[in-house]
Amino acid sequence: MTSSASALASVLAVESDSGGGFVAPSIAEFYPPSIAEFSIFGIDFVITRITIISFIATAAILLFMVLATRRPTIVPRKSQWLMEGGYSLVRDNIGRDVIGPRYKPFVPFLGALFFFILANNAMSIIPFFQISPMSKFALPLVLAIMVYVLYNVVSIKNKGLGGYLKEVAVPPGVPPVFLILVTPIELLQMFIIRPFTLAVRLFANLFAGHMLLVVFSLGTVYLLGKVGENFSFVFAPLSFLMALFMTFFEVLVIVLQAYVFTVLTATYLNGAVEKGH
Amino acid sequence: MDLFAAESQNPLIPPVGEIVVGTITFAILAFVVIKFVFPIIEKTFQERRNAIEGGIERAEAAQAEAKAALEQYRAQLAEARTEAAQIRDAARAEGQQILEELRTQAQEESARIVARGEEQLAASRQQVVNELRGQIGSMAVTLAGRVVGESLEDDARRRGTVDRFLDELDAMSSSTQGDR
Repeated sequence: MTSSASALASVLAVESDSGGGFVAPSIAEFYPPSIAEFSIFGIDFVITRITIISFIATAAILLFMVLATRRPTIVPRKSQWLMEGGYSLVRDNIGRDVIGPRYKPFVPFLGALFFFILANNAMSIIPFFQISPMSKFALPLVLAIMVYVLYNVVSIKNKGLGGYLKEVAVPPGVPPVFLILVTPIELLQMFIIRPFTLAVRLFANLFAGHMLLVVFSLGTVYLLGKVGENFSFVFAPLSFLMALFMTFFEVLVIVLQAYVFTVLTATYLNGAVEKGH
Repeated sequence: MDLFAAESQNPLIPPVGEIVVGTITFAILAFVVIKFVFPIIEKTFQERRNAIEGGIERAEAAQAEAKAALEQYRAQLAEARTEAAQIRDAARAEGQQILEELRTQAQEESARIVARGEEQLAASRQQVVNELRGQIGSMAVTLAGRVVGESLEDDARRRGTVDRFLDELDAMSSSTQGDR
């Protein structure tokens, strides 16, 4: 039984009890019961429904991409055209336009990021899954750490460790007096805040989106059970419309967050390949 | 995992296991996509670009060819025009020449005809003169015989007389011819 389903059961139980009020979904939403648990090298692995959803999303997008580019034709098929459109977006609009002339080597990584995030985000509204693996902090964190390592390595390669640190700590055009303020902020920003916000932005969007959807969906069910009391016949449809609206809003979030994560990665890489700001 | 136990979870502190699984999942996707999917797309783009550029090149070649053909056609046309003009001029000149020749020929012919006519006239005249000479002789003798009433029997005498008379006539006629 999924966590949402158990929350639904508790809502219905409350309704049949006709005693307590509406039980809002909790953070337990994101900790569904484990399917399998094992331990390797002292690391505990807990395979849950969300883990499986992540596997399915990744496998599905992989399958689509491989099938879409199998036997490519000069005049593209529909799936090929779709795939090429997505790749062109990453290559030209994100890679070339944001990173600049030295964008070529980073395009594959950006593409992998974009499609991985897109597929995993999309699970938040696909029926029967309806929760995105990205609403667990682990996955966005993994991606953010990779981006963090990448832009730091590229920066050090291009500017040398000293040059890179100097560029970050002593931004050009800042009066020496203000360096007392600017240097700590810049160092903090570059090495701690950047990866953290990158991960949290994606995670929080999907987390909040899922919570909103669950609240309005369960609310609809709860209010339907209370028809006849306290204008529930008005608020149940309202709650349902809100859930519908939030679902469409979620579509926007799914695409936008995948895009934003990739664009920000490209921006950081742009800073890494270009001399000076 | 118990629901109430989950309440104490901090969503910003992910379990290490999830991080490892997430890394592996992403790594698999990234590997396949970077190794197989994106190179194919890049190759397709390149092929498409080549196809389009090839098409443009072919079109340019065809255009150049058409232009060359047009130039050639124009040159040939101009050449043909010049040639036609030359032929016309030559024909005109030839016609003029033929006309001149014909005129000369006609003049010669007419001159010849006139000359021949004159010749014939002279011959006829000579003939007439010769005939007349014979006839006039015998007639004159006959006439004279009748007038005199005697026959000039003597042939020799008679001939001598006639000849003398004719010579006189000749002299007269030649003097008149000289007058002409």
